[in-house]
Amino acid sequence: MITEQDVRHIGELADIGIQERELGEFTHQFNAILEYFDLLDMVEGEGTVRHELTNVMRDDIVEPSLSQDEVLKNASGSEDGFIRAPRVM
Amino acid sequence: MGGELCFSPDDRYNAFLRVCERAPHGDGKLSGTAVAIKDNISTKGIETTCASKILKGYLPPYDAHVVGLLKNAGAAIVGKTNMDEFGMGTTTENSAFGPTLNPRDTGRVPGGSSGGSAAAIAAGMVRMALGTDTGGSIRCPAAFCGIVGLKPTYGRVSRYGLIAYANSLEQIGPMGRNVNDVSALMQVIAGYDRRDSTSVDRPYHHTPNPEIKGLKIGVPEEYFGPGVDKDVAHTVRTAINRLEELGATTHPCSIPSMKYALAAYYVTCTSEASSNLARFDGVRYGPAADTKKTWHEAYQEVRKSGFGPEVRRRIMLGTFALSSGYYGKYYAKAQVARQNVQEDFARIFRDVDVIVGPTMPTIAFKLQEKTDPLSMYLSDILTVPVNLAGIPAISVPCCGRVHNMPVGLQIMGRPFDDERVIDVAYAYEQAVA
Repeated sequence: MITEQDVRHIGELADIGIQERELGEFTHQFNAILEYFDLLDMVEGEGTVRHELTNVMRDDIVEPSLSQDEVLKNASGSEDGFIRAPRVM
Repeated sequence: MGGELCFSPDDRYNAFLRVCERAPHGDGKLSGTAVAIKDNISTKGIETTCASKILKGYLPPYDAHVVGLLKNAGAAIVGKTNMDEFGMGTTTENSAFGPTLNPRDTGRVPGGSSGGSAAAIAAGMVRMALGTDTGGSIRCPAAFCGIVGLKPTYGRVSRYGLIAYANSLEQIGPMGRNVNDVSALMQVIAGYDRRDSTSVDRPYHHTPNPEIKGLKIGVPEEYFGPGVDKDVAHTVRTAINRLEELGATTHPCSIPSMKYALAAYYVTCTSEASSNLARFDGVRYGPAADTKKTWHEAYQEVRKSGFGPEVRRRIMLGTFALSSGYYGKYYAKAQVARQNVQEDFARIFRDVDVIVGPTMPTIAFKLQEKTDPLSMYLSDILTVPVNLAGIPAISVPCCGRVHNMPVGLQIMGRPFDDERVIDVAYAYEQAVA
């Protein structure tokens, strides 16, 4: 069972902006879903996943890309060619 | 012939989020063909929102690889179709811009998440459309609306420019009125793209062939078990009998990992979503974050008002599944389960050529019939194993109907055997035409 306190903590980790009045319903839904996820307890072993893929790398050569104008076009605010963001400190 | 296509359909089903009334087109295999694009696929200069408020006004500065291929083939991109927000849903009711209605019965959902693409085809507004399939999002709406939809083998169609939800599961795929249209669209979109690191060099040059004499068909008991509507099961069994009349043989089989496949799927997709959707911060695109506030405050504000309830639920579930102390119980176990699903399919495909069953356990739900998230998730049980295994699967309408609604016949194939699932679907379609 997870509690409203757990859901509040997950909401903080995910920066999802959880509101007090939502906690009850989310907690109820998560407990039902997590109880269903307990079916995974019957899976045996921890083995690493096998696949036949190899990582794809390319040489570090500069290639044509978007112009600064194009990159900034969708930003909510920009200044001197930079994207304006909320303060971090 | 190059030119311009005038497109102003009567969109009474809310299939489109936006329509390009004058769509340019060029020469090529699809010259002048109207193609609709699901709204999670980037279209240069055409607003692309994933049916989310958090991307309202976003104008992609580049085309997805598949959109470039369509333009090169002469197709006219006539609009962006409605969907469950970021592909998270089975009904298209999770769109921030209102639900799409099922053209076969407007009291019912079209399925999801590519519900707009399926409805646009079923209503005759376009011949073909692109969808995406993470856990059934092409095949479910194809089944519910009575059209054809293919989830290609993972890696066969480039995901460059697809706004990611769960990278390891999702593929872009063709949807159409019939198997020939789906095959024609697949010819254009399949092939290698170095900008997608999971792209595989397996182009598709196939023309559907209805000859299936000697074909071995596996029929898994789990696809006809509890939870599958009896009338739907009967309709699909009748369709399988038709394939036998065409010279195929059927062989009972079992996919034991189906017991936990859905749980493994939801742990995996929510985990990947929690990481992928971290990028939506209202800074580089989307609604403006308040730059006077601190980072976390501003970020939480944007995401609280920008994401709908199901998206927030999945981001939180994934965050939980990956969090310290729970990773081993959920994510790590889900990856072992996924391996078991792949091995079950590989074992069955040693004896049979394709596996068939219903696409969905029921016909299309009534609008607002499914309100509880878990009961909505459970309806994906027959489509998610294919995504966990990365194999191709098609949904083609059965001849029979249930309550006058279409039922989808799902045909699953070996990895890179997309051609064969197309052929089996074509054989059935031609036989019942």
